[in-house]
Amino acid sequence: MVLKIFFPQCCNRADSGLLVGRWVSGHDSAVVLAVIHYPFIPGQVKQYIQQVQAQSGVELSVLGSWSLPKDGQEGMESFLKDLSTIFPQERWLQISREFGKTGFTYEEQEDEEKVIFVHYEQRKVMLSQLHPIQVQDSESHSELRQMFGTVARSQPLFFMDKYDDGPLKSTHWQSEGREASIIVELLKQASAPLCVLLSWLLAVWTWICNVRIFTVFPLRFLASKLSTCIQLSYRTEHLRTLSSPKADSRLSSSVCRKANILVSVLVDVALGVALMWWLYRDDHIPMLADALVPAADRVAQQLEELLQWLMGAPAGLKMNRALDQVLGRFFLYHIHLWISYIHLMSPFIQGILWYGGLSACLGLTFALSLLSDMVALLTFHIYCFYVYGARLYCLKIYGLSSLWRLFRGKKWNVLRQRVDSCSYDLDQVTPYIKNIMVKKHNSCLSPHAAVPPQINPLKCGAVVQTYRTPTYSCYPRDSWAALVKKLFVGELIYPWRHKTTKSD
Amino acid sequence: MEDESFCNISGKPISLDCQSHSSFCREFTVSTPKISIGKVMVYTCSVWLFAYTVFFFTQNTAVLSSAILITLVGMMLHIHFVKVDHESLLVIGSLGIQVSSSYASGREVTTFIEMSKIKDIVINEAVYLHQIIYYLCVLLRDPSEPHGVSSVVTLFQSSKPRLNCLVKIYKSCQEILSTCK
Repeated sequence: MVLKIFFPQCCNRADSGLLVGRWVSGHDSAVVLAVIHYPFIPGQVKQYIQQVQAQSGVELSVLGSWSLPKDGQEGMESFLKDLSTIFPQERWLQISREFGKTGFTYEEQEDEEKVIFVHYEQRKVMLSQLHPIQVQDSESHSELRQMFGTVARSQPLFFMDKYDDGPLKSTHWQSEGREASIIVELLKQASAPLCVLLSWLLAVWTWICNVRIFTVFPLRFLASKLSTCIQLSYRTEHLRTLSSPKADSRLSSSVCRKANILVSVLVDVALGVALMWWLYRDDHIPMLADALVPAADRVAQQLEELLQWLMGAPAGLKMNRALDQVLGRFFLYHIHLWISYIHLMSPFIQGILWYGGLSACLGLTFALSLLSDMVALLTFHIYCFYVYGARLYCLKIYGLSSLWRLFRGKKWNVLRQRVDSCSYDLDQVTPYIKNIMVKKHNSCLSPHAAVPPQINPLKCGAVVQTYRTPTYSCYPRDSWAALVKKLFVGELIYPWRHKTTKSD
Repeated sequence: MEDESFCNISGKPISLDCQSHSSFCREFTVSTPKISIGKVMVYTCSVWLFAYTVFFFTQNTAVLSSAILITLVGMMLHIHFVKVDHESLLVIGSLGIQVSSSYASGREVTTFIEMSKIKDIVINEAVYLHQIIYYLCVLLRDPSEPHGVSSVVTLFQSSKPRLNCLVKIYKSCQEILSTCK
């Protein structure tokens, strides 16, 4: 077996002393964390190590001795041997180095053994947050992970530096004086009252949100569909995580998450303020408001032209003329209603934009979600057309697919959820085909008759799969393929998150 | 320490450098020849001639400046992301394997695989366009399933040495792995 010694680079030039560290259980390796220098009193060393062990939860021990004789220091050998009796250990490392030479010497005590020296940079390990993420069970596999975890968790060991007036002197990555920045320390001092203030504000906010008037049915339903409200709830959740007390923030991963959220909120607010600055600088808001109504008019005009064309002869295909007329007029009336509504609103649009722009100080995402809601509300009529069209198209597709199955002599078995082959008589087939043909020719306004009862062509496993992927604080992403497939099958595409797709 | 020359799968000469640091630590470095100046000239000249022809017909000077930009950026991207100068494999018994490849611009990409994750090192064969090539790869162990192979890491992916070179590396790797497992 090969003995591995992880040795910190900062201790390469340390004075002679004791190696403090940990034996990695299950592996033949030792992690050296610091060197405690001569002179020391063994009892104090033991006490200190026990104290650090209690603070950090790492099984620290004295691993062995380290000697780097300076000029005029000789004859340490016997003393080093004696040390191993003072600190009883199963194995005693005896590492020495001579000035001016690059190599290390490892002195054997018992049997002949191979040794690997791995130098690591303690500073980088400590600063890189490369800490184990609550995986206790798989920790036993990985030796390097244990080593990194040991170094990361033994922070209390590095609090003592050369300039302390303690009885012990040690060398480690902070032995030249502790690294700290004034700004960080000030922020740490200031963060506690800020957190209290923030949590109080959040408590008030949640109390307002939970007032009974907001829990009435239509308001609750609307709030779950409007992206502004969803954005607000995410923000509240984030701030609650930020202001949560320190008790559960001991884990480095949660510290990382907090820092992540803080930075994202700051960047968001900065971008939002930049947007506000742009909006309110050169009267951009009246310009936007003036441009909005002509744009809506233009869209309405385009839609009307499209509908007129569809009511006539779309692409040279002959359609059911009466149905065309009915549907076309229906849609035209919709557009007319909507445009008159927007014209009614036009004096207030500027005010709405002005006050909506103020929300950008809550963050760019908030302003964007407000914009998305406004666009969604303004184009609601177009979405309605889409829903009607998609439903009708879907019915036609069902009918055609059942007809195709009928021609092949198959049918959908509802009980077994599969396509079975079936031998039809001519008497059975003829009225059936006639039925479908007639229904198709007449109109599609009676949906139940047009859909034969045993048809279930919705093979939406892939769609459901994409919908069910849990994503953190964002909508499940639709793949383009799934969207196109939905368009062709005639299934509805919802503008908001829709957890379960219907399969009727 | 020895330095031998081999061929890669397309017949270009490559050199293999084996360094034995100790009985359980060896380093293999496969170096590919530098970019030849002739090749650079040919590519640059062809791009520039093409640009000049386009310029001759369109009389648009933007074509010429874009040609210069394209050659410069293309060369930079090539030496930074494509052209690998040498790839090295450092096997340390009972600790792990370090695979590093250094690009012509000096960029280095290093991966370390822990010994507890390594199942074995094998030579595999693969169909590559119209030929069958051999490559060295590290089989990674699945922690949940001790006898299965979770994934494969290909070694010397860009230099692609021939079988005789691979066998040499394979044998000395196996020596270390067998003694230190």
